[in-house]
Amino acid sequence: MIALLLRDLRLAIRAGGGFGLGLAFFLIVTVLVPFGVGPEGGTLAKIAPGILWVGALLACLLSLDRIFALDFEDGSLDLLATAPIPLEAVVTMKAAAHWLTTGLPLVVAAPVFGVLLNLQGEGFFWLTVSLALGTPALSVIGTFGAALTVGLKRGGLLLSLLVLPLYVPTLIFGAETVRRGTEGMETGAPLMLLAGITAASVALLPFASAAAIRVNLR
Amino acid sequence: MSIWEYANPKKFMQTSAWALPWVTGLAVVALVGGLIWGFFFTPDDYKQGSTVKIIYIHVPSAMMAINAWVMMLVASLIWIIRRHHVSALAAKAAAPIGMTMTLIALFTGAIWGQPMWGTWWAWDPRLTSFLILFLFYLGYIALWEAIDDPDTAADLTSVLCLVGSVFALLSRYAVNFWNQGLHQEASLSMDAEENVADVFWYPLLVCIAGFVLLFVTLVLIRTRTEIRSRRLKALEARERMA
Amino acid sequence: MMPDLGKYAGTVLSAYGVTLALLAALVLLSLWRGARVKRALEAQERRMGRGNG
Repeated sequence: MIALLLRDLRLAIRAGGGFGLGLAFFLIVTVLVPFGVGPEGGTLAKIAPGILWVGALLACLLSLDRIFALDFEDGSLDLLATAPIPLEAVVTMKAAAHWLTTGLPLVVAAPVFGVLLNLQGEGFFWLTVSLALGTPALSVIGTFGAALTVGLKRGGLLLSLLVLPLYVPTLIFGAETVRRGTEGMETGAPLMLLAGITAASVALLPFASAAAIRVNLR
Repeated sequence: MSIWEYANPKKFMQTSAWALPWVTGLAVVALVGGLIWGFFFTPDDYKQGSTVKIIYIHVPSAMMAINAWVMMLVASLIWIIRRHHVSALAAKAAAPIGMTMTLIALFTGAIWGQPMWGTWWAWDPRLTSFLILFLFYLGYIALWEAIDDPDTAADLTSVLCLVGSVFALLSRYAVNFWNQGLHQEASLSMDAEENVADVFWYPLLVCIAGFVLLFVTLVLIRTRTEIRSRRLKALEARERMA
Repeated sequence: MMPDLGKYAGTVLSAYGVTLALLAALVLLSLWRGARVKRALEAQERRMGRGNG
């Protein structure tokens, strides 16, 4: 399993594309928003938590179709499915690799981008915490979407359509945590719920993803 | 061909052919009767004026929007457990109906909200949940359309329906939570069932029955279409083989 | 015959209008597609002979 994880990480880094692309996309969203809403600091500070979370979510979405596509095309997914480790574990490792190459850089970069959007005081801390807790859920849910659409030729757009509604609860609790944090309110409840979603998704969704892959490889 | 592949759809076709005229008749009677009763023979509400008449379509369509998804969930479960083809096709047949019901609920809600709340759209928890439900219907239908092999499509959409149900419920609670942060207690929401007087209640019941029957009718018609369409595809495939 | 809808006449009528239009579209689409598939299936069955159909 560790070998599989390392292999996926190496592939992601060597193939270039996926690794930096999500970050660059996140940066562009963050830069574009002030052009859209105007440079006024108060407005930006108010919408910063939401924009940063939506940006991170979209950046995550961007690289989802790469999770299985390459392995499906060259047939290594078939090999992995017949390998001695359960497919659920393979799927979990795929999600972990996606998180390490996409989610983790976003978590690290988000506070920096927060400066651009005039994020206030405590917000930086809560942004990092909520993204660190929430992005694993985004990766796992996204892996499920990618598993559903793995065999399809024009799966990319469909993947977004399927995955975005599933992202709603994560986004709500994540952005709410940051918003409350910046306003100095108590953040325990949304943070706990966010952690709950992540924990439940990581625990349960790999079974659904593995089932979808089995159907697609049939 | 296994026995399930062939015999069961046939039985379904026979039974539904027998039941369809009755259900259709009842649906038309209940729907027309309920709507006419509600539209022409009920008084105006002292606060909402004549807009109260919208509940005769808004409440039943909203109920059916959710019930259709529940029905799809049950049908998906039956498909996953029993591999019963009619079940998968019934879930497929129900999705566009549920989506239309969601649209009706959203539109009538917006039209009602304009004079009552002074806005077409408010990010009220209920409205927001329905918008999310609409997105779920879109994704479900799109997945059905995207996959060529019918059994693969049935399997994948069933899994999506199961996972989607959990997340739809989660979204419902998340949205409640999120909205409390913005407004205080939403005085906007329309708790129709609780504070509706008898004059409005009875025609509303008839309308709900009408919408349920309409749903059943349409599901039967559309499932029959799906079964025929699959048989057509199977025959065409057999012809090409021969 | 028409009840007095007062100042909300437009609201109520448009709500009913939208609903009936959507429902009519749904019913007509269902029936149209049903009829088309049925015709196609019958044609196919005739072509292949009723023997194993």
